[in-house]
Amino acid sequence: MVSSPVLSVPRSASTAWWGMLLLVATEAALFAVLIASYFYLRFHADGGWPPEGIGDPKLVRASLMTSVLLASSVPMALAEAGIARGDRRRLRAGLAASFGLGALFLGLQALEYREQLRELRPQTDAYGSLVYTITGAHAAHVALGLALLAWLQLRAWLGAYGPRRHVAVQVIALYWHFVTLASTVVFATVYLSPRV
Amino acid sequence: MAAIAEQPVERLESSWEEPGGLVTWLATVDHKRIGVRYLVTAFAFFVVAGVEALVLRVQLAVPRNGLVGPALYDQLFTLHGVTMIFLFATPMLAGFGNFFVPLMIGARDMAFPRLNAFSYWIFLASGLFIYAGLPFSAAPNDGWFNYVPLASAEYTPGLNIDFYGFGLLFLAVSTTAGAVNFIVTILKLRAPGMSINRMPLFVWAVLTTSFALVFALPSLSTANLLLELERKHGFHFFDAGAGGDALLWQHLFWIFGHPDVYIIFLPAVGIVSTIVPVFSRRPIVGYTAVALSTVLTGILGFGVWVHHMFAVGLPQISMGFFAAASLLIAIPSGVQVFAWIATLLRGRPVLQTPLLFVLGFVVVFVVGGLTGVMFASVPFDQQITDSYFVVAHFHYVLFGGAVFPIFAALHFWLPKITGRLLSERLGKASFWLMFAGFNLAFFPMHVSGLLGMPRRVYTYPAGLGWDAANLLSTVGAFALALGILLVVVNVAWSRKRGPWAGADPWGGDSLEWAIPSPPRPYNFPVVPLVRSAHPNWDRADREEDARRAGQAELVLAEGHQTLATTVLDGEADDVLHMPEESLWPFVLALTLSVLFAGLLLDLPLVATAGGVMALGALAGWHLPRAEDEDEDEAW
Ligand code: HEM
Repeated sequence: MVSSPVLSVPRSASTAWWGMLLLVATEAALFAVLIASYFYLRFHADGGWPPEGIGDPKLVRASLMTSVLLASSVPMALAEAGIARGDRRRLRAGLAASFGLGALFLGLQALEYREQLRELRPQTDAYGSLVYTITGAHAAHVALGLALLAWLQLRAWLGAYGPRRHVAVQVIALYWHFVTLASTVVFATVYLSPRV
Repeated sequence: MAAIAEQPVERLESSWEEPGGLVTWLATVDHKRIGVRYLVTAFAFFVVAGVEALVLRVQLAVPRNGLVGPALYDQLFTLHGVTMIFLFATPMLAGFGNFFVPLMIGARDMAFPRLNAFSYWIFLASGLFIYAGLPFSAAPNDGWFNYVPLASAEYTPGLNIDFYGFGLLFLAVSTTAGAVNFIVTILKLRAPGMSINRMPLFVWAVLTTSFALVFALPSLSTANLLLELERKHGFHFFDAGAGGDALLWQHLFWIFGHPDVYIIFLPAVGIVSTIVPVFSRRPIVGYTAVALSTVLTGILGFGVWVHHMFAVGLPQISMGFFAAASLLIAIPSGVQVFAWIATLLRGRPVLQTPLLFVLGFVVVFVVGGLTGVMFASVPFDQQITDSYFVVAHFHYVLFGGAVFPIFAALHFWLPKITGRLLSERLGKASFWLMFAGFNLAFFPMHVSGLLGMPRRVYTYPAGLGWDAANLLSTVGAFALALGILLVVVNVAWSRKRGPWAGADPWGGDSLEWAIPSPPRPYNFPVVPLVRSAHPNWDRADREEDARRAGQAELVLAEGHQTLATTVLDGEADDVLHMPEESLWPFVLALTLSVLFAGLLLDLPLVATAGGVMALGALAGWHLPRAEDEDEDEAW
């Protein structure tokens, strides 16, 4: 009966994919707890939110950042679909595009911090601490994602991946999509919610 | 397959046997060796925390005692609590899980063997980290739940709390990696035919616990992250002066902390559900109900955290909700208790040591459960909060709920691990000594608590009516310690002189009893095929396995291979090539230790160096292995 399962194509997802899914689940829980803390402190705050003397967060650059990062999921998906059909060029191009957009996001985040820091520091008050902790945690996830994308790119150039062997691409794509989706939640919490 | 038909089992031996020597010792990825390390290390922490408890008890034996002063007392009870919860109970159960989950599901290793080694090294490193402050009087000292504002930099300066904050963050890396590993192992590596409704109940418990950890641990980690940002870098989360709120810590802590009680308790329950049927000589009554209760307890555990905070002044309506959830959770626990009792009554129970410890558990736990139901009443809770009544209650729950089952598991499974039996006479003696000592140590605390003795006091004046209860408690604690010492003696004797156990000394129903004791490095010479929830009681199937081993059918002897199956039905799906020994897990753990030491000591350069080296170690870890090049799974 099952004497040579080696030859068949596996029907269900790989162990690595499950592992990453669970890692993403626990990271999602981490962001959920951070965001719950944000709202907990907000609804227990006595004064306004943001507190007196601190302007509402500005939307233009932040919306751009979020869109850029969300957009980076598209080439990632194309890269994965490409290698599944054996198209190595599409894999490398997609990875490069995602990396570029992710790096652009981090650059914009740096500009954003430079401007924000003029009126608000993490040490100013609980509001400032929350803003920088949440966006900082997210930016750290993007930075780690970029390192992973660079690794994939390197291995892709060395011809490591093929139509039947690209678990690493699948798994890192899953992580990347999580990080880009998380940016919408961060945006909604830190930038939109103070206005409602 | 035909190509490897000659002597496949010899090939298994040669590809799985690890060479001796220090490097292999550091590099091993064998789940059995790692499991034993977990067990030994966690037991060592148990002994340390037990000695701390004895010092506490000596100090409290008589009024106005002067053995330890308040500063040391605070560190000792905090370390005792932190160690018992984080460094003993959870890792000890992880040790049994590590050794036995792959065996019970018919696999050859955990899904991620190197990650498994990594989890262990991080557990060891973070445990040492938490203790590193003790020689400098800088160990954590604000209680195991570390409430702010007391734990803020203003009221507890020095590194004490930072050892706690960073130490638990560090440990969380290990626990999370371990939980993910268990889940994937259980979902993907079960022997063909072991559909999800044929999984051993211990495996159900480990699966539920691991899911609970994946979702609960981030709350504790966030709490510690915020705490350290506040303490070290002047952020504000908990100080009311700058818009923070001290209650945020309490919520974050107990969102983790209450599920954690079940995280400790559920594997223990799984142990009981494993042992009861074996010693009753019949399948467990209500397998499905017990499995579902396990999962339900894990889920409900998230709904009850606020009951730790009835005394802090929350809106009545939410208190009502959480009180209801606290009562509700008694139902699945009740289902399990009835299933055990029914199994015992309908079987032919054999009163050997493992079953004795199980029965001790049931008795102690029911008492703890009764006082627990009393807490669900908000007014009562507000009366006795922070008194010795609470100390009595949670020791009945934790000692009853975790330590007795752990000792049951030790007596049940040690013969599989070492190949030798323990002495029944010593085993029974140690049980009775522990059981009597335990009750003598902790029952009087109910009394002193109701008489108003607060917890966490380093001494008390005479004449408050607490003296007798305290003296009895201390005597009991020493009797208990003697009982534990007897177990150690028994284990040492068994290692040297115990009679050989053979493959299946108890007539067990799960697959670990189908293979020799101790198991060979590859566990199963042939992938077993499973057709019921009691595979080792299906004699014909096991004989069929032996025949297939002889004919090299499903032996999978090409390097480190194991079979992957589908998640629900357990149908054969893929052959996995498992990694062999590797030093990278150990190296990565070292680099992360550098990172955390840098964070603790405010040395940004050291921390950065640690982080960069960790990335390098990760890259080294994932460098392609030679045998990958012609495989599907290349990284
Ligand atoms: C070996 C026998 C044990 C003895 C004699 C013992 C004794 C004590 C005593 C006297 C205290 C109260 C200290 C105080 O409030 O001043 C205490 C606290 C505590 N114990 Fe135990 N204990 C034992 C085992 C355990 C076990 C097995 C666990 C958990 C698995 C545990 C968990 C705790 C915790 C969490 C605290 C609270 C620490 C705090 O207040 O922060 N203990 N123990």
